[in-house]
Amino acid sequence: MARIESEIGKPQGGFMKWIDDRFPFTETMRYHATEYYASKNFNWWYIFGVLAMVVLVIQLVTGIFLTMNYKPSAEDAFASVEYIMRDVEWGWLIRYMHSTGASFFFIVVYLHMFRAMLYGSYKKPRELIWIIGMLIFFVLMAEAFAGYLLPWGNMSYWGAQVIISLFGAIPFVGEALVEIIRGDYSISDITLNRFFALHVIALPLALIALVFVHIVALHEVGSNNPDGVEIKEHKGPDGKPLDGIAFHPYHTSKDLVGIVVFMMVFSAVMFFSPDMGGYFLEHANFEPANLTATPEHIAPVWYFTPYYAILRAVPDKLWGAILMAGAVLLPLFLPWLDRSRVKSIRYRGWIYKVALGLFALSFIVLGWLGLQPAEGLYVQMARVCSVIYFLFFILMPYYTTIDKTKPVPDRVVYHG
Amino acid sequence: MVKILKTSTIAATLLLGGQVLAAGSALDLHKANNDPDNKQSLQRGARNYMNHCSGCHSAQYVRFNSIARDLEIPEDQVIANLMFNAEKTFETITVNMPADDAARWFGRTPPDLSLMARAKGTDYVFSFLKGFYIDPDSPTGVDNLYLGGTSMPHALWELQGFQAAVFVEGEPNQEGLRPMVFERFEPVSSGSMSPEQFDEFVRDTVNFLEYISEPIRATRRVLGVWVLIFLGFFFIVASMLKKQIWKDVPK
Repeated sequence: MARIESEIGKPQGGFMKWIDDRFPFTETMRYHATEYYASKNFNWWYIFGVLAMVVLVIQLVTGIFLTMNYKPSAEDAFASVEYIMRDVEWGWLIRYMHSTGASFFFIVVYLHMFRAMLYGSYKKPRELIWIIGMLIFFVLMAEAFAGYLLPWGNMSYWGAQVIISLFGAIPFVGEALVEIIRGDYSISDITLNRFFALHVIALPLALIALVFVHIVALHEVGSNNPDGVEIKEHKGPDGKPLDGIAFHPYHTSKDLVGIVVFMMVFSAVMFFSPDMGGYFLEHANFEPANLTATPEHIAPVWYFTPYYAILRAVPDKLWGAILMAGAVLLPLFLPWLDRSRVKSIRYRGWIYKVALGLFALSFIVLGWLGLQPAEGLYVQMARVCSVIYFLFFILMPYYTTIDKTKPVPDRVVYHG
Repeated sequence: MVKILKTSTIAATLLLGGQVLAAGSALDLHKANNDPDNKQSLQRGARNYMNHCSGCHSAQYVRFNSIARDLEIPEDQVIANLMFNAEKTFETITVNMPADDAARWFGRTPPDLSLMARAKGTDYVFSFLKGFYIDPDSPTGVDNLYLGGTSMPHALWELQGFQAAVFVEGEPNQEGLRPMVFERFEPVSSGSMSPEQFDEFVRDTVNFLEYISEPIRATRRVLGVWVLIFLGFFFIVASMLKKQIWKDVPK
C-alpha cells in the first residue's frame, strides 16, 4: 500500500509514543517492573506478598459477582446466599471462592508478616512499609468481620453480637459506642445494611489505597532479602544492583510458579472441603440468625481466634478487651522495639531465634485455644501463651541488645 | 451436657451480660455412615422424606426438578410419587400447614430441613431420629435423648415402635452427686420394621438430607479433579518458563 504523502518524514513513534506523551506508561512500567531490581536470592518466603495480591483480586472479583445476587436485608440475606449456592449459574463456585479466599487471605498475610519478622524487613529503612502493612492488616480484619455478618447465619449473628459488645467495656462511652456501631439496640437489619456498605465499598477502597501505598513505599526503598543486605550499596558500572534482578520478567516468572502451587492448594480446599471441617465455614452458620438460640460455642472464625483466646484469658472484660487490642496493635512498634544491629535471622544470635520460635508457637496455640471452650486447663494455657506473646514484644528492646549477632556479609549469599 | 450448658451460659453472660439459651448435647453420636454417592440410597431417602417428613418440614431451597436431575429420577415419576402439594417441578418443598398454627400446635414451627444435615452433622440427625423414648411427662408422650425437651413427636413410631430409655447412676461429679446417665434403650413395642431395617431407613433419609444441604457436592468434587489436573500441567509449563528465563542469570 502506498504511504500517505503527509506522513513521510514524520517521527515514527507509534502508538506507545502517543500514549507516553500523554501518560508516563513506559516510565511507570520501567520503574515498577522491568527496571525494579529485587534480590536474586529470594526464597519461597517471598511469595506471600504477591499471593496476598492474588487473593485480593479473587476477593474483589468474586465479591462483585456475589453482590449481584446477594440481598442485604435481615429478611432475605440468608435465603439469597442459598439462592446463590443453588440457583445462580456457577454461584456456588463464586461463593466458595470468596469464602475460601477469606481464610486464605489471612493465611498468606500471617505468613507474609512472619517473613518480615524472620528477615527484619520492618527495620530501617522500611519502617513505613511495615506500618502501612499493619494498617492493611487492621482494615483486613474489619473487612473480614463485616463480611462475616452478611450471610446472616446464626454464628454471623452471635459472633457480631459478642465482638461488638466488647466496645461496651470502654468506660463512660462504651454503651453509646456500641449503639452507634450497631445502629440499633441489638444486631438487626440496620446493622446488616451498614456492614454491607462497609464491606463492599468503604473498606475495600481503603484496602486498595493502602496496598497501593504499601507497594509505592516498597519500590522507593527496595525489597529486603533473606540476608538483610542492602543490595543498592553494591551497584555495577551500569548503575544496577549487582545482587538484584529485574522484577519483570525474572521475579514475575518465578512468582507464577508459586501462584500455580497456591492455586492448587486453594482449589483442593475449595473443591473438596470448602467448610474445612467447620473452620472455614462454621456449622452453626448454616442455620439462619436466631436471636433466641445461641450456638453451642460462640467462636470467631479461626483467623481471629488467637486474639479471642487472649480476650478470654483475662477474667475482667475491660482488661481482656484492652489486652486483645494491645495484642493486635503491638506489632506496629516492631521497628523501634527491635534494637538488633542485624536484620536477618541468619545473622542473629540464639536468643532472638528462641524468642521468635516461642512467639510463633504461642500464636498458633492461642489460635487453637480460641476454638476450645474457655474452661479449666484451656484458660490456664491461654494465660501462659498470652504472657509469652506480650513478653516477646515488651522484652524485645532488651534481648535484641544483648543477643550476640554474627557478621553480616557484604553481598547476598546463596543456599542450596 | 450440663457442663457445656454451663460454659456457654457463663461465656455468653460474661460477654453479653444477657440471658441466653444454649442447646446441645455431649452424648456420643451414632455414626450415620451414609454415602452421598449412592444414588439408590438417595432415591429411597427422597421417598422417605416426602412420605414421612414433608408433612411438617419444608425444604424451602430444594426444587423438585433439581432432585429429579441430581438423583436421576424421571420427572414424571417425581410428579407422580414425590410431589404431593406442588404443581410445577420447579417449585420447592413447602408445607401446607400455616407456620403460626404449627407453632401453636407443637410449641414451635417445625424447622426447615434444607440445611439441617450441614448445620448439625449427619451423625447428629441419624442419632436424633433414633433417639426418641417414652416420657409420660412430655406433651407428645416422648422425649429425645439427643435433644432433651424436643417438641417433635415420634413421627416414625409406626416404623420403629416405641422404646424406653434406661438411666443409671453415674460417677460422682465435683459436688459429690451421682447424676443419672443414659445406659441403653429398651424396646417397648415393635414397629413394622426390624431395628436393622429401621437403621437403613434412617440412613437413607439422612443421606437425602445431606444431599439437599449441599446439592452441588458431587459436581464440585468431579470438577475439582479436572481443575487440579489442569493446574498440574500449568505448573510444568510455568516451571519450564521460569527455568528458561532464569537460565542465564549468574549466581
